[in-house]
Amino acid sequence: MSVIYVLLGISLVVAIIFFVAFIVSVKQGQYDDSYTPSVRMLFDDELVKPKKTSTKEFKQEKIQLNKQV
Amino acid sequence: MQATNCFHCGDPCDRQLITFDKKSFCCAGCKTVYEIFSTNDLSHYYELQAAAGSTPDVIEGKYDFLDNEEIIAKLTEFNDGNIQIINLYIPTIHCSSCIWILENLNKLNKNVTNSQVDFPKKTIRITYKQEGFSLKELVLLLAKIGYEPYISLEDFDGKKKVSDKTLIYKLGVAGFAFGNVMFLSFPEYFDLNSSATSGGEYWLNKYQDLFRWMMFIFSLPVMFYAGWDYFVSAYKGLWAKLLNIDVPIALGILVLFLRSTYDIAFNLGSGFFDSLTGLVFFLLLGKFFQQRTYSFLSFERDYKSYFPIAITRLNLKGKEETVPVQEIEKGDRILIRNEEMIPVDGTLVYGNAQIDYSFVSGESEPVSKNIGEQVFAGGKQLNGVIEMIALKSVSQSYLTQLWGNAIFKTDKVTAFQNLTDSIGKRFTIAVLSIAFIATAFWLFYDPSKAMNVFTAVLIIACPCAIALASPFTLGNMLRIFGKKKFYIKDTQTIERLAKIDTAIFDKTGTITTTQKSTAHYEGMPLTPDEESILKNTIRASNHPLSRSLYDLLKEQNIITLDEYEEHIGKGLESSKDDINMKIGSANFVGKGTSENLLDTSIYISSNNAYRGRYVFQNQYRDGLSSVFQNMSETLNLAILSGDNEGEKERLEALLPKLTPLYFNQKPETKLEFIKSLQDQGKKVLMVGDGLNDAGALAQSNVGIAISENINVFSPACDAILDATKFQQLYSYILASKKAIRIIKMSFILSLLYNCVGLYFAITGQLEPVIAAILMPLSSISIVIFTTLMTNLIGRKLP
Repeated sequence: MSVIYVLLGISLVVAIIFFVAFIVSVKQGQYDDSYTPSVRMLFDDELVKPKKTSTKEFKQEKIQLNKQV
Repeated sequence: MQATNCFHCGDPCDRQLITFDKKSFCCAGCKTVYEIFSTNDLSHYYELQAAAGSTPDVIEGKYDFLDNEEIIAKLTEFNDGNIQIINLYIPTIHCSSCIWILENLNKLNKNVTNSQVDFPKKTIRITYKQEGFSLKELVLLLAKIGYEPYISLEDFDGKKKVSDKTLIYKLGVAGFAFGNVMFLSFPEYFDLNSSATSGGEYWLNKYQDLFRWMMFIFSLPVMFYAGWDYFVSAYKGLWAKLLNIDVPIALGILVLFLRSTYDIAFNLGSGFFDSLTGLVFFLLLGKFFQQRTYSFLSFERDYKSYFPIAITRLNLKGKEETVPVQEIEKGDRILIRNEEMIPVDGTLVYGNAQIDYSFVSGESEPVSKNIGEQVFAGGKQLNGVIEMIALKSVSQSYLTQLWGNAIFKTDKVTAFQNLTDSIGKRFTIAVLSIAFIATAFWLFYDPSKAMNVFTAVLIIACPCAIALASPFTLGNMLRIFGKKKFYIKDTQTIERLAKIDTAIFDKTGTITTTQKSTAHYEGMPLTPDEESILKNTIRASNHPLSRSLYDLLKEQNIITLDEYEEHIGKGLESSKDDINMKIGSANFVGKGTSENLLDTSIYISSNNAYRGRYVFQNQYRDGLSSVFQNMSETLNLAILSGDNEGEKERLEALLPKLTPLYFNQKPETKLEFIKSLQDQGKKVLMVGDGLNDAGALAQSNVGIAISENINVFSPACDAILDATKFQQLYSYILASKKAIRIIKMSFILSLLYNCVGLYFAITGQLEPVIAAILMPLSSISIVIFTTLMTNLIGRKLP
């Protein structure tokens, strides 16, 4: 029956792994903002979509935003 | 003209209509933002949410102070000379499009390496390369696309709010230990009194000690980390000669631990480690539930959240220089641009001052000031550039010196004994006397059991359920109120709100609305032609009164005026065909002096003959009369206004008879007024909105700030009420009284559980398994009871 030591050891290790994972995730601030990531995951690659037609009519040089204002 | 809404911001385009790329825009600003987005392949912005944008409103020179190295150093989170990280608060963040565009900032400017939005807090964290770029340019870029960050003096102070996570850690430790101890107790639960001789499971008996000592080890962090606060609090309470609820709790935990350790050390039983860890876990859960933070609200704002960081000072040579506001001294000549806040009291020396004191008094109509007159800190200049000479430093100005009052340094929490603590004293005395009487009895009858009974009484009487009743009831009420747009700072405020017997209201902005005002016409009727000219004249004016009147007048065709002239600070003059109209102050139109100095009016004359005037009146909130009528049944009411007596008669007609009305109250006198009521033993509720109420709100037992828009700043207070819910104020007060009744009912319920437990304890038959069942049972039933009852109240609330 000394296998019980092994079993206890395993259960303890598993429990401690989860406990440490919990502490680490709190520390990293994973629970600080519970809303934004849910929105963020929904938009990813839209930017690589081919350009739409509507912008042709007023094709002009890109507006330079980083010029000194 | 109607029914066209701006493609960018969704506002109706009735003043101006710009068509660009087959889309309509309400102003040039919105069009520019659209242009920026579409040329940079970011028009996906409009696909995520239609009309998501906000109108950009950039004022030249407003952010010049961001060139100052010292200010940059204070504002940035990280700065190594190459890469800077900054956290900015952007009030206009409101939808998924906002998140998307802000997180794609690097498409607009290559120097931005990373940007991350925290939506609930409305903040953005931006990492950018400093080379060829600067904080000022970053802020201007944001402002240009309609996401102007809000930078105030508060950010400058550099007090970074660090959220306290210790409770979560403690809860984690207690939960972890509780689960494992329960797991290790299972053999004991199923195989209670077995031993090798009575034929129990062999292996369980063999490893019994191992299981028990492991439980002991698991309970150590619970005792010395998770539950340690209860010992500290009990010790502090005893030191201050107060028997708070933590005293019996700490006593219970301590006895549980010592008795259990004793039991397993001398092989007398399995101990109560499961009850011990469970108890601490439930108590911490209650504490956790009690916290409800509204990350988008702040209850601790003072004038610093309103004031700018830096201001333009004109030095002796007449050159402009940017200096932090704290460095302004008496005699400095400072320049205030359009839409800028005046940070100090001073004398106006140049320009046309139109000052909006709505931050200070809630009064929405701007005040005109002439050169030589005094202007006060907290006002916002609305009409071009002005120059003024500072008369005081920032902290000594009329408004800001209010924060020197001692009331802003005392904490309301410490001064108030809550319901749970007040029952704690009687409870502790009762438990201790029962414990001693029972022990005395057993000492006489069967001394071997005396110690057993003594500890059992203290264990079973541990007021876990009592300590949980208040956090769960009030925590749930807090959430219910939050859903009804009544945002309360903490649970204790509900307890204080239930005890209110006097309610004091500010007038402007609190019981009047700031959004709409009404005007009525007095004098000779205008001809249709004159009406048309009137509407078309004020159409061109940007004066706030003109804007209000424009919205109130009925629709007219747009005509071209022959002549139009704006005399700043006086009025408007225009002519069409043979009609010449003057619109403005009494002096300007040739009326002589104003009829009534207390009114706000626009006077009108046609061909130099006085015709009449539009008198503006405060628009009181809907249902004001009935709210006051209902409240006057149980509460003493009064109005405390910073304004003049102009509205006295109207108010008297609206409010219940004999409601005291006080006018011309300064911020300090408001504070003193509340204080004198409290000295008479009254529990005062203050309802206000502006910074001038800040002292009264802090002094009162409960200070509620009314806010038309909760994202806009409201002064430091205990609760923020959305203006649309003003009519429900009284029902919210009644609901908090009901919540207190629920807590009292739960006390009775948990005392019943204690009686049952005490029966086992006194008769000396308390087994660990009974404690392990009774304790969670009482806690959980209290939690269920309070949650159901508070939800019932919540459902009845409108």
